[in-house]
Parts: sequence; structure tokens; C-alpha cells
Amino acid sequence: MRKVWDLIGGVHPPENKHQSVQDSIGTLPLPEKLVIPLNQHIGAPPKLLVSAGDIVLKGQPLAEPKGMVSVGVHAPTSGQISEISDYPIPHPSGMSARCITLIPDGKDQWIEHKGVDNFRDKTPEELLDIIRSSGITGLGGAGFPSAVKLSARQPISTLIINATECEPYITADDMLMQERPEAIVEGIKILSYLLGEPDEILIGIEDNKPKAYEALEPYLEGTNIELVEFTTRYPSGGEKQLIQILTGKEVPNGGLPADIGIVCQNVGTTHAIQRAIVHGEPLISRVTTVTGKACATNRNYQTLIGTPISHLLEQNGFNQSQCSRLVMGGPMMGFTLENSEIPVIKTTNCILAPTEDELPTPPPAQPCIRCGMCAEACPASLLPQQLFWYAQSQNYERLEAHSLFDCIECGACSYICPSNIPLVQYYRASKGEIRKLAAEKVNADRARQRFEFQKARKEKEEAEKTAKREARKKAAEQARAKAAENATASTEDSPVATSATAKSSAADDIIKAAMARAEAKKASPEEQRAKLERGVVRAESHLETVEQRLQALGSEATDKQREQAQAAIEDARLRLEDAKSKLQAAPESKPDKAKEVMAKVQASPKEALEKKIATLKDRINVTEEKIAEAEDDALKVALQKGLEKQQEKLRDAEQQLKDAPTESTTASTKTEDAAATAIAKAQAKAAAQASMSDEEKLRASITSLQARLKKAQERLVAAEEEGSEHIDALRTGAEKLQAKLTSAETELSELS
Amino acid sequence: MALLKLTSPHAHTAQSTADVMKLVLLATIPGLVALTVFFGWGTIINVLITSAVALICEASVMRLRKRPVMFYLKDNSALVTAVLLGLALPPLAPWWIPVVGTFFAIVIAKHLYGGLGYNPFNPAMVGYVVLLISFPVQMTAWPAPAPLYPAEIDVPGFWQSLQIVLPFFNEAITGTVNGSIDAYTAATPLDTFKHNTGLLVEQLYKKDPLFSQGSWAGIGWEWANFAFLAGGCFLLYRRVFTWHAPVAMLVSLTLCAALFYDGGSSSSHGSPLLHLLSGGTMLGAFFIVTDPVTSATSNRGRLIYGALVGILIFIIRSWGSYPDAVAFAVLLMNFAAPLIDNYTLPRTYGHKKSRKATEKKDEGP
Amino acid sequence: MFELIAQHPIPAALVALGGLAIIFGAVLGFAAIKFKVEGDPIVEQLDSLLPQTQCGQCGYPGCRPYAEAIANGDTINKCPPGGQTTINAIADLLDVEAPTLDEEHGEESDTRTVAYIREDECIGCTKCIQACPVDAILGAAKLMHTVIVSECTGCDLCVEPCPVDCIDMLPVDKGLADWKWDLPPSAEEQIKALRPGDIIASDQDSGDQAA
Repeated sequence: MRKVWDLIGGVHPPENKHQSVQDSIGTLPLPEKLVIPLNQHIGAPPKLLVSAGDIVLKGQPLAEPKGMVSVGVHAPTSGQISEISDYPIPHPSGMSARCITLIPDGKDQWIEHKGVDNFRDKTPEELLDIIRSSGITGLGGAGFPSAVKLSARQPISTLIINATECEPYITADDMLMQERPEAIVEGIKILSYLLGEPDEILIGIEDNKPKAYEALEPYLEGTNIELVEFTTRYPSGGEKQLIQILTGKEVPNGGLPADIGIVCQNVGTTHAIQRAIVHGEPLISRVTTVTGKACATNRNYQTLIGTPISHLLEQNGFNQSQCSRLVMGGPMMGFTLENSEIPVIKTTNCILAPTEDELPTPPPAQPCIRCGMCAEACPASLLPQQLFWYAQSQNYERLEAHSLFDCIECGACSYICPSNIPLVQYYRASKGEIRKLAAEKVNADRARQRFEFQKARKEKEEAEKTAKREARKKAAEQARAKAAENATASTEDSPVATSATAKSSAADDIIKAAMARAEAKKASPEEQRAKLERGVVRAESHLETVEQRLQALGSEATDKQREQAQAAIEDARLRLEDAKSKLQAAPESKPDKAKEVMAKVQASPKEALEKKIATLKDRINVTEEKIAEAEDDALKVALQKGLEKQQEKLRDAEQQLKDAPTESTTASTKTEDAAATAIAKAQAKAAAQASMSDEEKLRASITSLQARLKKAQERLVAAEEEGSEHIDALRTGAEKLQAKLTSAETELSELS
Repeated sequence: MALLKLTSPHAHTAQSTADVMKLVLLATIPGLVALTVFFGWGTIINVLITSAVALICEASVMRLRKRPVMFYLKDNSALVTAVLLGLALPPLAPWWIPVVGTFFAIVIAKHLYGGLGYNPFNPAMVGYVVLLISFPVQMTAWPAPAPLYPAEIDVPGFWQSLQIVLPFFNEAITGTVNGSIDAYTAATPLDTFKHNTGLLVEQLYKKDPLFSQGSWAGIGWEWANFAFLAGGCFLLYRRVFTWHAPVAMLVSLTLCAALFYDGGSSSSHGSPLLHLLSGGTMLGAFFIVTDPVTSATSNRGRLIYGALVGILIFIIRSWGSYPDAVAFAVLLMNFAAPLIDNYTLPRTYGHKKSRKATEKKDEGP
Repeated sequence: MFELIAQHPIPAALVALGGLAIIFGAVLGFAAIKFKVEGDPIVEQLDSLLPQTQCGQCGYPGCRPYAEAIANGDTINKCPPGGQTTINAIADLLDVEAPTLDEEHGEESDTRTVAYIREDECIGCTKCIQACPVDAILGAAKLMHTVIVSECTGCDLCVEPCPVDCIDMLPVDKGLADWKWDLPPSAEEQIKALRPGDIIASDQDSGDQAA
């Protein structure tokens, strides 16, 4: 006899298994319809292969696995797909999910299928592929894809077959072992081959299934498979608990059994794998126990996946009026169904329809007296009473310190609690809340990063802008200084000139200033250049952001998002190119040579246009090449659109170019004109002033001063009425004007 | 019938909190009987008074707190507190002693802290300590065990006991104050040891009838303690609590007593047997220390908790100014229970070592 | 020795006190270096508790500025997206009494929402892009914009600037993956929910009173 370790904690609820083992595994007539949920396992949903109206044969794949952790589903019988829609699924939430509805045609006609003659002829990889494509998931618990579990990377020294079935009422595995021991043992051999023939193969079975033990025993002779029996105690069938009972080892926290060289498979799964490999039959039916006092007969059935529960219940004389709740699974870990139209899925090992006497509605919870019975019952050595305390006060930090996530939700604590506290619900709610908060935290951190990045970017932009502004200011100052220099130079020159001397020099001054002004206006190429440079920087940073965004999207991005992002990148790149070419096209600024600048101004529109056309053509070429290269349809469409736009732009540019010669000349003449008029005006004014006598000059200035004074006073009055804050400034201005006027008048009087 | 949406598990044991409390009440019966046999009707009267007052207090508080009264009364927790307090009080104490004590236990120590499950201190012991400090005279007047009564005095019967406990009632009916507790009081074994000067333990055992007529730890007292031990074993057998706290307490008390016994000299603090079988040792070990609400949570924690209670009992008995010390020791350790809890989390499945309750991050195995 | 001390009580006392001062000073100084607490600055910790929606409902331009404001003594109940949970967490961190949410700044809502642009109506003005604090809107001038749903914090800052009102705040679909059990109702609620006849008649009265 092999040493068996004790289960830590545990409870012993009434077994209630005898009711459903009286009869052999039965079969049911075909139901009117089968509803097959697309996703019956943990992992990615499979890819749908059929559409409404399709005729399918028994065993035909309806959906194929998509991704590593995924399995498909198969037609449980032949018939027609009537619809693919959202339908309530077996889930504690009672929510709906995508389901395939199949109307059986009654022929139950198999698709062509063939098993492997000798599984040892195939490589483990090939066999795993068969298991995967046969849609096999763990039939005992959560429904984890079996192929994934069997393709462990670590070397496996122990294979454990879970024949414990510790939950009360359920006898599906028990009956399966009693009736099909040979197939199960063959399945175990396949598993052993798949795992590289581990040293130990153990079948763990509770001592309340003597018939199953006897049935299996003869087939184990001459094999290295060991049948290990131990005391019945709930929850010895939990994977971690079974490993601990059989080997004394514990699965490390956060790890998998494979980490300690153990793989654990349920007997039902083993049987399904044998069917798949030896007979080529995918997983389309399973043994389900129908039990509870609200059903007249209690029995196990080979049930097609997708059979509505109402069909199972009807066949067993279900009395709706007596049934208080409908449980899928056992009384310890099963969940209630709010609707009897819900289908049987791959993990449905039991349908329990108890009466109120059998499983009474729990009375209101009494206060926790911390009696510690829950801690005695906990198979994970937690302190359920403390967890309850912290769950109630939503102290998530303490909950995690008390290892809430090591709770396997077996329900032993709630079962034993004398105060009727629904402990497991507290833990489930808290776990859900902690997971939600963790997800929110991840989102919040990402949002923070993005926000901070944006802030940094804006600051950078702002800094660049100020730098540009400074540069411009400096340039303007320089220009003014130059102009001033020129002016002094000309005055220095002028003394050599003739009798008009001082007056003409003054006139010259004014002209020069005007010219400088005009020049400054035209000297804007510098400004243009700065603008263009900024454009380039902006385009570059935009491109960068978009690319980063694409990277940030990374693997989790949907294809659509990726396409969008790529389109955005393309757009940004085009903009950047555009900006760069514009920058190239921008004239080199030489502010001190007004004429050259003028020439440039004159010439530039045309040149720029030509350049623009050239770059546009280039870009069109590039885009065309890209379209040719692009594989993705969506990207192609996006590029095509871009191309059209570019072509349009090109046409525009060409049109402009055509117009340009005339337009640009007029434009330049206009600018020339404006400058010339300004010069002419200044010259005229200066000439007039020069020709005027001092007296006349003074008179003129007095009149202008008077006019200005009048205006200033008017403004002052208005400001006073409004109570403007500029009153003081206005007043001093007016006073100054007044003073000037007086002085001019005295001068005049002196002169005359 | 509409289908219910409930969380698993759907099965549930039949045992309820009220049942657990009933078992505890049942387990006190041997002790109650022993006390009655040796010390007269006083204990039963105490228990009756405390129970009645406890139920009234509990109901009133529930009413005030706007909670369903019957739902909470049915959990029997108030009765347990009352009975334990009644057992701890000296028999034939005046009626207001149990009344005041129960009021303190139920209203102050239990409900002001939030009611059942929220009280940090054992309510019965709070009640007891309040009385002991406030009314030391009444609280230390224990009647002598019945076999030691002088020939001329009869052991008071039920009616006479009632008259002693309820003097006003007595006065109203008979017009005279008939009987006083003073006539019946005698030193307890622990008192005797405390006030022993100059006698070797052996001499004391021979001289004092309390010990000379008893077997191990004073006549009457030893049997009351055996009775409580029997009740405690019954509760252990019914798995109402685990063995950890009581056994740790008894072991540490025994060890301390053995260490300081010094062979029975005149300054000896008494033999281990004396400490185990006198005073409130067994009542404390199986009915007070095991109170789950106020003790440490994990089994490891309960070992520490129980052991420290035992040590404190011995220290206070030997060097403190009160003869018995269970109540003080328990209350002091109630203070320490949360601290013990912090450091004694059990090692969870799959973890290499146990954690601290205040640990911040999930650090894995 | 003792004689010496007895003869010169004042110098002896001074020496003793001085010695003590030096010893304790050394111990304290050592402890200050050895056991120096190098926690996050409080602003970092506060910031990590805030929900990072950057919605500005608190009156500060983003979560970090609000964290800084709290560190400088502002009230902690100005964050509607974080709601009571966040307030409690901050109160816990700062060891103060947790106030309730200041309704002036908005109400806490259970459902998470994200912005959704009705793309047919979008005119491509980029105003929402500029408003988005987390760059969750993609688009360019004169081109249709779209929200990156996974990055949207639901701050609704983009709704206001939209000139054609084409942005809706839609609740996020709660799928099977997001479903979780709720905490069970308290005993009082359970008792209230009981049908008459399930409990002793006298309790029905008090139960009703409680209700």
C-alpha cells in the first residue's frame, strides 16, 4: 500500500450519491434543438466555421481553435444551423453569450472520421493536435484546454488521474469508471505516452466508490498504473488537494502542478481523449448526472453537448413546483441557473434539482463569533474568519496579506459555518473587486504616463515657440540697428552734398527709414523660414507620437486599431516631407540686401510652386510604390486615398504655376508699388518740408499739433467718462502736446 | 417556485451558532451541580439572576439598536455570558452584584463594542473584574464548603439562600433581616495560601480542614474544577473548540507552579495540583480562554495565547494582591490577541512560510 | 570616587548630564541615519491613488496637480471619478477622517464611460484632440477623428469643445469577463427580505420598525 497523506481541513457533507448509481449510464432521445455555446473553455474564443442555414453532420467542426489556449466545438448531431446568436449560457452571472443553435434532423449521421490505429506510431505533437482539434477540455473543473495542459515544458515525473469526484450527488465519473474501465485505462496509456512515460501513474479514488475500484483493478494488472484509495473527505478532488494527498507535495503558490513535475487529469477527460485518439470522435457528449429530489428518477446520461437542461429534466420527471433552485455542478461548488433552457456544456458534470427540504434556503447570517470551524475546514490553511472580517470592511490590503487568492472557493468554510455566513460569496466578491482595482490601476498608470508625456511635449513646444519668438525679436532689432546705421551713414555722406544740405539730409533720413520699413516688411523670408522650420519640427514630433502610439498599442491592439495607426503614421510622414520640402524651397534670407530680397520675393512663388510640383510628383511615385507593396487591403485603401489627394494637389499646383507668371509679377509689382509709393510719399513730404520756410514749417507743425492735441483731449474726455485706467497716461500725453504747442507758438511769435 | 440565484455552497451543516451556544450551556451543568453541592443554592440563584438580567439587557439593546430582537436573542450568546458570570460570582452574593455585573458584561463590554463578535474583551470577565474592583468585600466573601460548616449552623436551603441574596425581599415579608452571608464565609484555598505565614505546605494541609478533608486542592473546590474539566472535555469531544488554548494554559500554569513550588516551604506558592484544581482554573481554561471572539485566531496563536494566560494567572495569584487571577489574566491577554494574530497566520497551502497579517505586498512563495 | 562626587555635586551633575546628552545624541544621530525612512514623497503616493482620468473636475489641470494641492493642504474629497474608494484610500494614507465626496465637483457614477465620436458628423476640427489630456483621440485637420477606446479615461473634456456636438459619452459594455459577485446583503437586509412566517411574529414588528 502506498503512503497517503491527509487532506488538510475538509468537511464531510452527506454524500447523496446512491440515488444516481442505481441505473447504468442512459441515453436520451434527441432534443428539439441543441444550443452550443461558442466558448466553453478558459481561453480565447474559437473561430466560427459555419453560418445560419448550414447543414452539418455529426462531429463536424462548428468552430476551430484560434490561438494557443483555445479549442473548437463540434456538431453533436447532424442537422441544420438555425441561428447564431446570443443565448443564456451556463454561468453564475446568468448572462448571454454567442451560441450556435442546431436543429437536429434526427438522422444522427456521422461525418467521416477515423481513429489512430496505434497511437505509439504518432508523435506526441500529432496526438496533441488531434486532442486540440477534437475540442477536448478538462471535463471535471473549469474547462481548461487539455492539449495545453498536456504539453508541459517541464519534465513530468507523475501523472495523476483524478477519479476522486468528492462533491456530493455527482456520480458521472464513478459510473464512467464502472462501465468503461478499459477505455479509461487505454486513455491513461495515451496520456502517459504524451507525457514521455512518467515514473509514476496514480489514479486517486475516494473509498466511497468500491465498484469503480473493482472495475478498474483488473485492467491495471501488468501496468505501472497504481490505484490509490483514500478516505472520503471534501474537497480531496481539488487538483492541489489531490496532489497533496497522493504525493505530499504542494503546488507552489502562483505555480502549476507541472512545476513540481505533476500533471493531473480527470477520468472523464481521459476517456474523452481515448475517444478522440482511438475512435477519432471529437468531444460532442459527456456523462452528466441528473439528480435531486425534485426529479423522479436520478440517473447518469450520455448527454449531447448543447442539450437544454429542460430536456434532461423532462426525461426524469422533474417537478418544477418542488424545486427551489437549479444547480449546475454539485452542491458545494455548483452555481444556480435562473433558466432551465440553458444548455449542457463540456464541463456540466451534474444537474441538481433539489427540493427545499434537501437544500434549504439559507437563513439570515448571524454575526461571526470567530469560532474557527472554518479555519479547521479550510483545505488551504487560510483563516476564513479573518478573510470574512476584512472582506466585510473591504480592506483589500489585508485580504491579500491573508492570501485571499489562495482560496479555491471549495465552500467548506461556508458549509461548516454555524452562523450561516456566505463566506465564499464574500471572497468571490472581494477577489473580483481586487482584480477590477488592479486593472483600473494599470489603466490609470497608462493614463498617467500618457498625460505626463503630453505635458512634456506641450512644454517642449512652448519652449520652442518662445525660442523662436526671441530669435525673431532679435532679428528685428538687428534690422532696426542696421537701418539706423544706414541712416547715419547716409547723413554722414550727405554733408558732402550741395546747398540743400541739412534739409535734404533730413529728407534722405525719412526716405531711408521708410525704405528700411519696407525692407523689414519684405525681409519676412526669414520669418517664413522659421515658420517652415517649426512646421518640420511639428510634423516630426507628430510622426514620433503616432509611431509611439502604434508601439504602445503593441500586441493588444486590434487589427483595426493598427490600421488606423498606420494610416496616421503615413499621414504624418507625408506632412513631414511636405514641410521639409517647403523648408528647402524657402529662400535664404539676406536681410541687408533689399533688392535681392525683392527679387526673391518676386521669384519665389513661381520657384516654390515648381518645387512643390516636383515634390508632389516624387511623393506620388513613392505612394504608388507603397500601394504596390502594401498587402493589407485596408492599408491599400488608405494609401489610395492619399494618392488621390496628392494627385489633386499636384493638379492644383500645376494650375497655380500656370497662373503664376502673371500673378506673381502682379503681386511683386504690387509690393514694389507699395514700397515705391511709400518712398515717393516720403520724398514728396520731405521735399515739401525742405522747400518750406521755417515759419511755414512751424505753422504747419502747429496746425498738426493742434489737431493732435484736440484728438488727445477728446480721447481724454472719453477715457474719463469710461473711467479708463489709461487716463493718467492720456493726460500726460495731452499736457506734453500742449507744452509742445506752446513752445512752437512762442517760436513762431519769435520768428515773426 | 422561482429559481433562486445563490452562491455556492448550497449544502450546509445543520449546526448553528445557537446550537454551539447550547452545547456550551450544557457543558456548564456539571460545574453548576458541583458548585451547588458544595456551596449551596447561591450559584444557581446567581445564574438565574444573571440570565434574566442578560436577556433583558440584550433585548433592550437590540430594541435600541433597531435590530430584530428575537433573531439575536435566539443565538443564546447572552445566556452563555450570563451563565459564565453567574458561575464565577461568589454564591450568596447580594442580588445587585449579579445585576450590576451582568449589565456591565452585556451592555458595556459587549454591545457598546458592536455586539456579538465585535467585543475585544470577554464580557463575563469584564463584568467580573468591574465587580471585583468596585465591591471587593462582597466579591471575596465565599461561603465555606458545606462539609466544613460548624455543627450548629445548617447549610442554608434554597429559601434561606434567597433571603440572604434578596435582603429587601426578606425584610418586606418577615420584617427582620434574617441571616447574613457573613455567617457562612470562609477562606478559599488560594486565600489560605496567600495568607499563610510560617507554615510548611505539609503542615498547612494537615492543619487546615479545607485541605485536610479534601484530597488535592481543598474540599469542594477540587470537585468543582473536575466538573468543569469534564464539561470542557465534552466540548472538546464535540469539537466546539480546539484543544490548543486550554491545554496550553493548563500546561503553562502547571509548569510555573512546579517551577516555584520549592518543595513545599512556608513561602511556597502552592503545588501544581493546587493551582490546577482551585479557584477558577478549569472554568477559565475551558469556558473563558476558549471564547473564540476574544482569543487569538489561529491554532498557533491560541497556543501562545493560552500559554501566556497560564503564566499571567500564576504571576498574579502568587505576587498580585488578588487571590485569583483568571479574569485579569484573560483580559490582559485579550489586549494582546490582535498582536498575536498578526504574527501567527498559518502557512497557506503552496507557500513556503507563513506571512504577517500586516504584510504589504504579495511576495509569492 | 564617591567622595569626589559628593564633594563636587554640581560639576558631577554637569558631567553626568553632559555625558548623557552626548550618548543620547549619538544614539539618535545614528538612528536618524540608520533607520532613515525613504518613502515616496507624499505627492507620488497621492498621485498613485488618484484615478488618473485627468478630467480636471477637482479644479486642477490633471491628477498630479491635485495631488500636489492635497499635499499642500487642499481637501481630499474633490475627485468624482475616484469616488468614495479614492477618498478612503487617501484618507487612509494621510491618516485623516474620510469625508464624503464634495458634490460641487460632480457626482460619482458607477458606470465607466468612454468618449465616442459619431464619425459621420465629425468635421475634423482637431479641437477634441487638443482637449484630450491623454492623447486618446486620433485624427488630423479636416480628417475624421476617432477615440482609442482603450486609452480613453472617460474624462469628457472633449465633449465641450466639439463644435458639432458629435461626441457622446457611452457606458462601457459590461461583458462576462467583467462580471463579478456582489458582496452578500447584510443580515439586517436579509431579515427584512424574509417572507412573513419565516420568522417569529414579534420580530416582524421590530423588523418593520427597523425599516
